[in-house]
Amino acid sequence: MVIRSESGEDQFTLRNRPRSERTIDVGFKLLTIVLASLVAVVLLCIFLTVFNGAQEAMASFGLSFLVTSGWDPVNSQYGAFTAIYGTLVSSLLALLIAVPISLGTAIFITENLIPRNLREVIGMMVELLAAIPSVVLGLWAIFVMEPLLRPFLQFLYQSLGWFPLFSSPPQGPGMAPAVLILVVMILPIMTAISRDALNQVPMELRQGAYGVGSTRWIAIFNVILPAAISSIIGGVMLALGRAMGETMAVTMIIGNSTNFSWSLLAPGNTISAMLANQFGEADGIQVSALLYAALILMVLTFAVNILAQWIVGKFSLKYN
Amino acid sequence: MTLATPALPSRSLHFNPQLKRNRTDKIFTSIAALFSLIAVMPLLLVLVYVLIQGGKLISVSLFTQLPPAPGLEGGGIANAIIGTFVVTLVASLIAIPVGVGGGIFLAEYSSSGWFAQFIRVGNDILAGVPSIICGVFVYSAIVATRVFFGQSYSAMAGGMALAVLMLPTVIKTTDEALKLVPQELSWGAIGVGASKFVTITRITLPSAFTPIATGVVLAIARAAGETAPLIFTALFSPFWPEGLFNPIASMSVLIFNFAIMPYEAQNSLAWAASFVLVMLILGANLLARFIRRFASS
Repeated sequence: MVIRSESGEDQFTLRNRPRSERTIDVGFKLLTIVLASLVAVVLLCIFLTVFNGAQEAMASFGLSFLVTSGWDPVNSQYGAFTAIYGTLVSSLLALLIAVPISLGTAIFITENLIPRNLREVIGMMVELLAAIPSVVLGLWAIFVMEPLLRPFLQFLYQSLGWFPLFSSPPQGPGMAPAVLILVVMILPIMTAISRDALNQVPMELRQGAYGVGSTRWIAIFNVILPAAISSIIGGVMLALGRAMGETMAVTMIIGNSTNFSWSLLAPGNTISAMLANQFGEADGIQVSALLYAALILMVLTFAVNILAQWIVGKFSLKYN
Repeated sequence: MTLATPALPSRSLHFNPQLKRNRTDKIFTSIAALFSLIAVMPLLLVLVYVLIQGGKLISVSLFTQLPPAPGLEGGGIANAIIGTFVVTLVASLIAIPVGVGGGIFLAEYSSSGWFAQFIRVGNDILAGVPSIICGVFVYSAIVATRVFFGQSYSAMAGGMALAVLMLPTVIKTTDEALKLVPQELSWGAIGVGASKFVTITRITLPSAFTPIATGVVLAIARAAGETAPLIFTALFSPFWPEGLFNPIASMSVLIFNFAIMPYEAQNSLAWAASFVLVMLILGANLLARFIRRFASS
C-alpha cells in the first residue's frame, strides 16, 4: 500500500511484514513461554517426585511419623520427631540470636551514625559473608569454632545442668554449635533485607520526627522501624526458611544423632542433615521414610516462604 | 530602646548530654555498634583461618596431583578443581539460557498477566526450596532411573541439580533488569519498524546486559560453592574426570568428605580446597561489583 500526500507524491510505503519475520516473532514468543513454564514444571516435578517416593512410608507410618523419635533401619521403624524438633529448634533459636544483631547492624549502616565510607565497608563485608560456601563454614565450625566454644558450653553444663536444655555434657558436635553457625548463615540475608527496608523509609518521616524534637533512637523506635516493619518481618521469615533448609554446615557440626535429647549441648539432627547423611546409602523403606521427611521439610519451608510474601504484600506501607 | 531577651529556661536549646534521653541514645548507639562488630567478625575469622590453614598448602602439586589415599600424605586437589569447573559449566549452560528466556517472557511479553504472576510466585517458591531437596529430586529423577546411558551418578546429574538451584536467581535478575530498561527505547525500535524479536534481542536485552551479567556471575559463584545438591548426584571420585556421564569430584564435596575424615593430611587438603574455593567465589563477587560500578560510572 502506498500513502500519497495531497500533492500526489509518495510519502512512505507500508510494507507487509514478511512471513519469515512473523514466524520468528511468534516462534520466539513461544520459546520464552516454554522456558518460563519450565519453572513451574520443575517445581511440580520436585513436589511429585518427593510426594511419590514418600507414599510407602506415609502408608506404613502415617502421622505418627511426626511424633515418634525412633530411627531404626535394622527393624525398619522410622519416626522423624528428632529431626523435625532439631530443624525447628535450631532455626528458631538461630533467628532469636540473629534478629537483634542484624537489625542493629542494619540500623547502624543506614541511619547516618558513622561516615559513609565506613558504612559501605561494613555493608560489603556482611554481603561477602553470604558468599562464603556453607561447607567452608562447616569446616571452620568443626576445627575452629567448636573447640573455642567448648569451655563455655562446659561452663553452661556445670552451672545450669539442672535445666533440661543444658542437661548433658558437651561432647564436641551438638545442637548449640549448629545454632551458632546458622546465625552466621542467616545474618547476611536478614541484614540486607532490613537495610533495604530502612533505606526505603522516606526521608520526610525522619525529618518530621527530628523536627518535633525526638532524639535519634526515639525516631528509630517510634517512626522508622514501624514504617519498615513489614519488610523486616518478611525478611525474618525468609531467613527462617533459609535456616530450616540449610544443610552442609549444620550436617558437619550437629552430630547427626537419631536419639532424641532435650539438651542443646547433646548431638542432634535436622531433616536436611539426615537427608545428606543417609539418602545416598539408603534403600527400601528407608528411602521412602527419608523422602517423607523431605516432604515435611518442603511443606515447612513452603509455608514459611508463602507467609513471608503474604506479610510483605499485605502489611507494607505504600509511599509515593 | 533595648530589646528584652525573652526569658527562656537557661540553656534549654543546648545539647545536654546528661539528659536521660541523650544517655539512652548513646547506649543504643553503642549496642548497634557492638552488633555490627559481631556481624563482621565471622567473615574476618573465617577468612583469616582459611588463609592461614589453606595458604600453608598452596603449591604446584596442589593444582596438578590427585588426592592421596586415606592415611597417606601429599597429593593435591587437581581433579576436584576441574570437577567444580565442569559441573558449574554444565549448570550455567542449562540455567542461563532457560533463565534469561523465562525472564524475557516475564518482563517483555506478559508483565502483568496472570500466567506471568503465577510463574513469578512459582519462581520465588523454587528459590526457597532447600538445596538438599534439589539433590534428592535429581537423584530420584535421574540418578536412580539411570536415564543417561545406564549411568547412575554423573557430572551431568550434578550440573542439573545445580541448574535447578541457579534458575530462580537468573530469572529474577533478568526480569528485574529488563523492567528497568526505559520503555522509550523499545517504542523507538518498534516505531522504526523493528519486529518484537529484533527489538528484544538488539535493543532491550543489550541495554540490560550489565545487571543481568552481574546477577549471573553471582548465581554462578553461589552454585560453585554448593555441596548439598552434589553429594548424591555427582558423588565424588578420587580419579581424574572421566567425561560427563561418570561420577566427578568437586571442591565442595571434597571439603565435606575430607573434613570429617580422621586423617591430618585429608583435613589440611580440605582447608586448601576451601582456600581455592573461597578465593574463586570472592573473586567472582568482586568481579560482579566491578561490573556494576564500571557500568554506573
